[in-house]
Amino acid sequence: MATDVALTVNGSARTVRVEDPQTPLLYVLRNQFALNGPKYGCGLGQCGACTVLVDGEARRSCSLPAAQAAGRAITTLEGLGTPENPHPIQKAFISEQAVQCGYCINGMIMQSAAFLAKNKAPSEAEIREALKDNLCRCGTHVRILAAVQRAASDMGRG
Amino acid sequence: MDGTPGTLPRRGLLAAGAALVVAFSLRNEAEAQEKPVPTSGPRPVPLGRAESFLAFHRDGRVEVFTGKVDLGTGIRIAIMQMVADELDLPLSRVSLIEGDTDLTPDQGPTWGSLSIQVAGAAIRQAAATARHHLLARASAHLGVPAANLIVLDGNVHPRVGGASVSFAELLGDAPLALAVDREAPRKRAADYQVVGKSIPRPDVPGKVTGTHTYMQDLRLPGMIHARIVFPPAVGARLVSLDEGSVRGIPGVLRVLRRESFIAILAEDEWAAIRGHDTLRAEWTRWEGLPEQAKLYETLRAGPFAKTDTAGAKGDAAAALGTSARRFEATYDFAMQSHASMGPSCAVAQWDGRRMTVWSATQATHWTRLEVARMLGLEQPQVRVLYLDGAGCYGRNGHEDAAAQAALIAHILAGTELAGRPIRVQWMRADEHGWDPKGPPTLIALKAGLDASGNIAAWSSEYWIPQTTELAPIENLALSFAGIAQKTVINPGNIHNNAVPGYEIPNHLATLHRLTEPPLRASWIRSPGRMQNAYAIEAFMDELAHAAGADPVAYRLRHLKDERGAAVLRAAAEKAGWREGQAAQGPKDDAILRGRGVAYARYEARTYIACVAEVEVERASGKIRVTRCVVGHDCGQVINPDGLANQIEGQVVQTVSRTLIEEVTFDRSRVTSLDWASYPILTFPDVPKVEIASIERQDEPPWGAGEMAAVVIPPAVSNAVFDATGVRMRSIPYTPEKVRAALAGRA
Ligand code: FES
Ligand code: FES
Repeated sequence: MATDVALTVNGSARTVRVEDPQTPLLYVLRNQFALNGPKYGCGLGQCGACTVLVDGEARRSCSLPAAQAAGRAITTLEGLGTPENPHPIQKAFISEQAVQCGYCINGMIMQSAAFLAKNKAPSEAEIREALKDNLCRCGTHVRILAAVQRAASDMGRG
Repeated sequence: MDGTPGTLPRRGLLAAGAALVVAFSLRNEAEAQEKPVPTSGPRPVPLGRAESFLAFHRDGRVEVFTGKVDLGTGIRIAIMQMVADELDLPLSRVSLIEGDTDLTPDQGPTWGSLSIQVAGAAIRQAAATARHHLLARASAHLGVPAANLIVLDGNVHPRVGGASVSFAELLGDAPLALAVDREAPRKRAADYQVVGKSIPRPDVPGKVTGTHTYMQDLRLPGMIHARIVFPPAVGARLVSLDEGSVRGIPGVLRVLRRESFIAILAEDEWAAIRGHDTLRAEWTRWEGLPEQAKLYETLRAGPFAKTDTAGAKGDAAAALGTSARRFEATYDFAMQSHASMGPSCAVAQWDGRRMTVWSATQATHWTRLEVARMLGLEQPQVRVLYLDGAGCYGRNGHEDAAAQAALIAHILAGTELAGRPIRVQWMRADEHGWDPKGPPTLIALKAGLDASGNIAAWSSEYWIPQTTELAPIENLALSFAGIAQKTVINPGNIHNNAVPGYEIPNHLATLHRLTEPPLRASWIRSPGRMQNAYAIEAFMDELAHAAGADPVAYRLRHLKDERGAAVLRAAAEKAGWREGQAAQGPKDDAILRGRGVAYARYEARTYIACVAEVEVERASGKIRVTRCVVGHDCGQVINPDGLANQIEGQVVQTVSRTLIEEVTFDRSRVTSLDWASYPILTFPDVPKVEIASIERQDEPPWGAGEMAAVVIPPAVSNAVFDATGVRMRSIPYTPEKVRAALAGRA
């Protein structure tokens, strides 16, 4: 049954038609909105590559039916900032060069955005704990930790 | 549907006046990949020509063309740095095109950490040739001897001032046409401006803001989403298919079948996935895999394609017989998966004459050859273009996905779907289940010590898959579709580093090359070298212990290579290693602590050493690696931060491989099909990484992408021994194995 779903993505309201209301938000964001920040990593809620913010909470968009996101504020990596005007977390990732392939980085940044909104001065151990369900195969963890710490201190200062 | 599904905003991204495919950093790569042909016509690609690697433009920009690709390793910026310095150009005027079989020379697959050492060096020599040539032309043009000319920002000036001329003016309308001169003088290291500096990577801002186009993000107009229905067992063949089972799913276009190859084609990605999950099919039973519990016995039993020698000196057997003390040990290293974060993906389009394939393959040219052979096409009829994927650490599923997409596009010719781009995207279980694996390795070692504890004899036996030239990696597109394999990609020189890098008067390394590995085998970062060095360096530790010597001092006693010794010393010093200190941590606590060291020279190239510190939880058996100090000498360092990024990544990834990772399987198929059944290291367990890098800017650059990995497993292993007094010899060191080992000791 085709259904219309009203979504608010990165501040703009848009209605999309999905054939199956169970269609995960991930595919709607990527294929209908051309928002490539969220990535398909597992489709199982295990890796975090697809993470977006839903009403400020980090959610796995691969496992969230689009219909359930209706009426809620969705923020993707693109909604945080741009190459010209990056969000402080994105800026910190650039400063620390906290990327190898970068496929996991969407999840790292979105998870950190939700986390840093609640914990403004985290210890390294708290960051490790906050990111423990986000996987990275390239082993960029050391830099990601440094970037999130840098972002926390930059945002605290800002 | 809401408009055209997710087409990228293309036209708007074209920078005004950018006539050519250009700067990696300045444009959307999908755009670049979609309209990649320079206005100057087809590119020359012979390896001996400077114009194959370099294009000088009238506006002063220089494009670099390389067959190597940046798999997240930072070679993109490093090669640009090398060219900028060699040509005295600002980095902002240098851009890079990589991995496009129409445009870039075939510099071989991006493997073996050779991108800088070999491909970068070739490009650097082409740039030196061009510079030398342009200086000669400037000398004639300006009437000033070349020795009295300098280059600033692409302009040639007399040293004493006066009229200048630009590279672009010198070339005029005639493009560069020049054989690479191997003797053309290169810049001296002291004159480098950007080589040796940590220039940030151009792809990072796009990657952290969602604007970088990955392979998985490529969407072309009219593109069809495909999912492959993989067999339920490795060798199962399709008996029958119930197409009706997916008929009710809106968006499914058709079920395509060729022998046992099944693809669900759909307008919409979710429809393809639903079709994939819903399709009913009947397969033959197949149970041809060995019993996992007896895997290493299976390796030992063969059959073998050949048994040969990797290296020999003196008479190892005789010297073993006369040694004062003899030791032996057997090590094994588990079968592992690349486990890339993003499952393999490819897009292919057949226009009736040419096949265009977009792929994150590390081997664009080989993939072209495989696709051409599969379809009975000439190679020029196939174009393979690289787009970044999730990190791949060797030959994973990209080449299969590329061939699958091409096969579908080709089969559809003449149907109503002809000409539409086909996107094949593997599911997570496909990737974990079907990527070719790092093969399980069994290594048996023997050594004899003389009266003073020095190694008098060493003999080693390796049970490994067939390697180079013997056994290509089968491509799944062909095996499923019942097409005879015509593949060219083989698992590489996994017997390298089979000989210990120490002064040993008598040694022998024997290779038992299996006719067939249990599952498709390929190379995963530091293939063979890691497994071999693990066994050698762990055994070395056993010998040091037996000789009552400090492990660092014992290695130095057997090491005559000064650069190697310097790296080992540097790591030990940075780690605060003191001879004889804390040989074994306190053992009655809940947490046992230890440190271990390992050293190797990767082939005849980069030197590496590692001091690892571990904590072992006695009750649970869990090992935590808390700190790794890596000594590293890869000669000239092009981009120190890029080097550090690679080393850090290798430490984390290899600690994961050492402690956790093992592919599981039953008699039919792989059973570790997701991140729960094939876990990798996560943030709470990531060690601190410190690096003692010895930069030798006057030396040639060697590789750094997979060298540090080889010393991590033995350093961790030796630290575990130091902590527990128990020698573990089977990777991964899971808590169960640790508990069993501790119980055995008690
Ligand atoms: S793709 Fe959603 S958690 Fe992995
Ligand atoms: S940077 Fe490659 S997976 Fe994290």
